[in-house]
Amino acid sequence: MSSTAEPIIVKQVAKSYTSGQPVLKNISLTLHPGEILGLIGPSGAGKTTLIKAILGMEAIDRGEIKIFGTTMPNRKIMARIGYMAQSDALYEELTARENLQFFGQLMAVPKNQLEQAIQHASAVVNLDHVLDRRVSAYSGGMKRRLSVAIALIQSPDLLILDEPTVGIDPELREQIWQELEAQKKAAKSIIITTHVMADAEQCDYLMLIRNGLAITQGTPAALKRQFDVTTIDDVFLKAGRLQDANNRVG
Amino acid sequence: MRIIALVNRILKQMRRSPRTIILMFVAPLFILTLMYLLLSTNNTVKTRVGIYQVNDTIVTNLKSNKLTLKSFNNKNKLQAKMKQHDLDAFITVSGKKIDVTYQNSDLSKTAYVKNTLRAGLMKMNTKALINVTKAQRDVITRQQQALLVLTKQQPPAQKVPSKPTNYQISNHYLYSNGSATFFDQALPALIAFFVFFFVFLISGISLLSERTSGTLSRLLATPIKRNEIIYGYLCGYGIFAVIQTFIIVFFTVYILKIQLVGSIWLVLLTNILVALIALAMGIFASTFAQNEFQMMQFIPLLVIPQVFFSGLIPIDGMAHWLQAIAHIMPLYYAGTSLQNVITKGYTFSDIGLNLLILLGFAILFIWLNIRGMRRFRKV
Repeated sequence: MSSTAEPIIVKQVAKSYTSGQPVLKNISLTLHPGEILGLIGPSGAGKTTLIKAILGMEAIDRGEIKIFGTTMPNRKIMARIGYMAQSDALYEELTARENLQFFGQLMAVPKNQLEQAIQHASAVVNLDHVLDRRVSAYSGGMKRRLSVAIALIQSPDLLILDEPTVGIDPELREQIWQELEAQKKAAKSIIITTHVMADAEQCDYLMLIRNGLAITQGTPAALKRQFDVTTIDDVFLKAGRLQDANNRVG
Repeated sequence: MRIIALVNRILKQMRRSPRTIILMFVAPLFILTLMYLLLSTNNTVKTRVGIYQVNDTIVTNLKSNKLTLKSFNNKNKLQAKMKQHDLDAFITVSGKKIDVTYQNSDLSKTAYVKNTLRAGLMKMNTKALINVTKAQRDVITRQQQALLVLTKQQPPAQKVPSKPTNYQISNHYLYSNGSATFFDQALPALIAFFVFFFVFLISGISLLSERTSGTLSRLLATPIKRNEIIYGYLCGYGIFAVIQTFIIVFFTVYILKIQLVGSIWLVLLTNILVALIALAMGIFASTFAQNEFQMMQFIPLLVIPQVFFSGLIPIDGMAHWLQAIAHIMPLYYAGTSLQNVITKGYTFSDIGLNLLILLGFAILFIWLNIRGMRRFRKV
């Protein structure tokens, strides 16, 4: 059944812009239940395009994407996904509570549970005391946290977070990671993109994307062993240089 | 449920942006009042005319409180004279020939002087004619009296008409009374235009900002249907559009007291259809704009041309190909329908076809919008 199927399966996906410029070249990945998968790579590598393709918001030229066994794009499966976009997509004129209410209603959170869901989601990101303030009065970090809270509002089975820790102080980053770990324990699956290497260390599995290509993948420990380095930063640099060298030869 | 959530959100957003509300509800009233004040008073034309060798009879016939005469003793350097003395026209008489030079920068002044001169000359001719007739009548009367003396015993068999008939003109108007001004004539088109313009602008820009702020793609990452987004927008902003329509129509009818021959409900219905089209067209246009400025660029392209075909300029007098263009513009159908309802008292069945066409425009653009949402999400 779909609920037992793998949260995300991406098979040999390729996509080019209308200009012919390739963005994704033959990407495959699988996200297992209760796993945190990290997509790391420099900006412009194609991480966000991959995320949007997984959500069915970008058309792909080749390959197949399945979420919980359902081929994407699919509208109904969206209710099981908590998504956080790279840019804060918030209604600035509304209060944080109203933003949460709105997305909760769209995600079909039952009316009698909505208030509780708002309380829980906002407490996770430490915004429960400023819920009735307008978003336009929020700082950048608060907006980021509210975006995380919106992604958690319907306690989804799958979390897709695009750069969740950008502009957040270390203390809050730790708090968000605690929540991600808690979600993981509840058998929820998470895919995040990041270029913060500290985030990468905390993922169960990493995929390094550069120029639309998955240059290497594995657990953080395995990758460090493979490239004989001590940090993920170095893994990335080494793998990148290798890619460039291969390109020059080819 | 999802549509209601969307509508609620739009209502909250609007409540928090007083500037938008003022733009929608107060700005049209302000402009309408201004136009009312400017167009509905019968503007008094004041003209200054220079004269040279114009005889006194003509001068007395020309004189009026709207026309000031200034006498000159030569007609040299006419252009400089007219410029220096700010003259609208210069009249020179030599023998039976009258030469008039017009400044002609203000057409209404030129027309006024022309008409006054023609009327003055006509009056002069009539007076001359009357004098001649009077003289003749005197002769006839004297002859009659002489005749009477001769035939005193016998009454005259027939009376000779002794006085010329004086005609009195009394004007009657089929629609509205004679006090109708240009404002009354232009108003139906103006109402439709204002409803269209403000709704177009606000719906277009709000969907645009939904897109540029990323909330639209965030919205599409929920199970909401694409058509639910469009319907939600139509309902949410539709509420404000309907309120605006009510305000504009009631304001013009009850405050500016325009003459409404037909039904006010028909005026409202037509304008609500206009608002619906403006909503759908605004949303549609916004998908081709990257920012607010690009949205503004659609105004001279999609909005302004429609004004010219909305009844401000009579359509009947246009070239055939221009009339054909008029028929692809929603405001043409709205403007002519409103004009017919307001000034001629047309009923629902009289303008039914036009309303149907307006509804067709609305459905077409709503459909295009729903189709257009496919660009953002495939299902």
